[in-house]
Amino acid sequence: MRHLGQLLLKKTSLAALLALLMLAMPRAQTPQAQTPRAPARIICLVPAVTETLFAVGAGPQVAAVSSFDNYPPEVEKLQRVGALLDPDVERILSLRPDLVVVYGSQTDLRAQLDRAHIQTFIYSHGGLAEVTATIRAIGDRVGHGPEATRLAGDIHRRIAAVRKRVAGLPRVRTLVVFEREPRSLRGIYASGGIGFVHDMIEAAGGVNVFADVKREAVQATTELILARQPEAIIELRSAAATDDERRLEIATWDRLGALPAVRSHRVHLFADQKMSIAGPRVAEVVEILGRTLHPGAFAR
Amino acid sequence: MTPTPSPLGRRMWRTLPWFAALALLAIAGGPLVGSTRISLVRALDPAIPFADNVDAQIFFVARLPRTLAGALVGSMLACAGVVFQGLLRNPLATPFTLGVSAGAALGAMLAITFGWSFAWLGVPAAPAASFIGSLLAVGVVYALARARHRGISTNVLLLAGVTMNAFFSALILFVQYFADFGQTYRILRWLMGDLDVSSYQPLLTALPLVVLSAVVFAWLARPLNLLSLGPESAGTHGLDVTRAQRAAFISASLATGAAVSVGGPVGFVGIIIPHLVRLMVGSDHRLVLPASALFGAAFLVGCDVVARTVMAPVELPVGVITALIGGPFFLWLLLRKA
Repeated sequence: MRHLGQLLLKKTSLAALLALLMLAMPRAQTPQAQTPRAPARIICLVPAVTETLFAVGAGPQVAAVSSFDNYPPEVEKLQRVGALLDPDVERILSLRPDLVVVYGSQTDLRAQLDRAHIQTFIYSHGGLAEVTATIRAIGDRVGHGPEATRLAGDIHRRIAAVRKRVAGLPRVRTLVVFEREPRSLRGIYASGGIGFVHDMIEAAGGVNVFADVKREAVQATTELILARQPEAIIELRSAAATDDERRLEIATWDRLGALPAVRSHRVHLFADQKMSIAGPRVAEVVEILGRTLHPGAFAR
Repeated sequence: MTPTPSPLGRRMWRTLPWFAALALLAIAGGPLVGSTRISLVRALDPAIPFADNVDAQIFFVARLPRTLAGALVGSMLACAGVVFQGLLRNPLATPFTLGVSAGAALGAMLAITFGWSFAWLGVPAAPAASFIGSLLAVGVVYALARARHRGISTNVLLLAGVTMNAFFSALILFVQYFADFGQTYRILRWLMGDLDVSSYQPLLTALPLVVLSAVVFAWLARPLNLLSLGPESAGTHGLDVTRAQRAAFISASLATGAAVSVGGPVGFVGIIIPHLVRLMVGSDHRLVLPASALFGAAFLVGCDVVARTVMAPVELPVGVITALIGGPFFLWLLLRKA
């Protein structure tokens, strides 16, 4: 009897849930069913998407950006509304946006924007393929579909050209370092076998030494790095560095002087934000990486 | 009751060699295992040039310094734990109770967040700043404990330490606000404690402090025994209480600062090891201190071996393992004893 009761209860609650869903669905669908007007006041919390908006000609529609945005130069004049971890909701609402670009993990912010009936575009981080997919999706959403398709096609073509140049060449075993303690080889975060940086290295004729670790970032210890014997080391950092700093940081690797990359002076440090933003400049970055890993192939 | 020298001598001979053997076993065995498989014969073969000998590189550049760092940090934290527990007459005291780790964390945090990239005596910014931060914290705590008291008030010491910990933690959260994503990762990683020193330099830099603290610890064994009777009774036994307290406080703080600058704030070692050792050898500091130094070294090296192998091919920071192994092991021992 009790079982039957529970079953009934379960069924009723399931039915109630279904009914609720059915009630909710049409309302949720309406705004999307009719193609919405192109948003005129966009707030973008994702630097990669901000770059895309400007690249497809939607720059004038952008009302505010995140505190980490600094490209293109036009964003310097725009208002700042926090970033991934500290979005300033009050500020965002007060700017009366009609579209807010948010990270997938910003669930609280999304819920608040939903309650205020403000549309969101959810950015999802992924590999190189997701970069062009995102460009197309955001372009469509803001009324610049054709420009976005052109931009994505252009990126595909440039990356394919690099792939063609390095095809058949021996692939360079590469360690990509995102973070480490300055002047020391401790606390190293390296690219694992997932993500657009990994994809860019592979496209540029390298093979990521941590390709087998299916994560975006690997905490690479001295032993792991020695065991993988990279032939090239590429350090990406977003903060600018002077030539002196760059020299000192590259010289820090001399402590692992037996690594092939260090012995053959193939440690490269790029202190430029564009190297680690999954936006429209990825094609340029793949070209730079290709030139770095296979200078001969580009000299021809 | 302090035991007469001869039975103590016999007890030392009966117990300490076992602890020494354990520590030596850990230090000798530590470099043999890791996330990658290496051949010891190949690693030690002088016929292969070092540059071509990956096994030797892993053995000498990655594992040996890491194992030695584990031994050094483990023994320093264990001894500092013993001394702080004796000084404060509080079994819950740890090397980090008096604000050392929070001060160190704040220093490291500032260095990481604001991208300081100096090197001080060959020590990079984050460990150097963490050492300075730890000294700053204990300096403030010490000054507070001295103020308006004839000697050192251990109550004020304890309360000031706990308050400094809280205050520094608040500052840490404030500084954290300025850190970007990658820096946040690095800070978190630093706070976990990690022994991957990748060279012998940090160990050599810490060595003078370690030797100095060890000498003071050796002298402190008897004063700590007397202090355990309470400061008044210790005074009637002819101990210069303030001098002993000051020596205990300063040496344990320096040892902790040195350990943290090498390995970050590795948790649990400083509280578990002293208690484990007391459960095994009794409460005479003349036995507890050397046994803790040896057992602390063996314990941390052992934990690091687990950290390096359990998730192979990737390696974990050692602090994760000390907490995971140390906590339940300690509880088990406590229940068994009860």
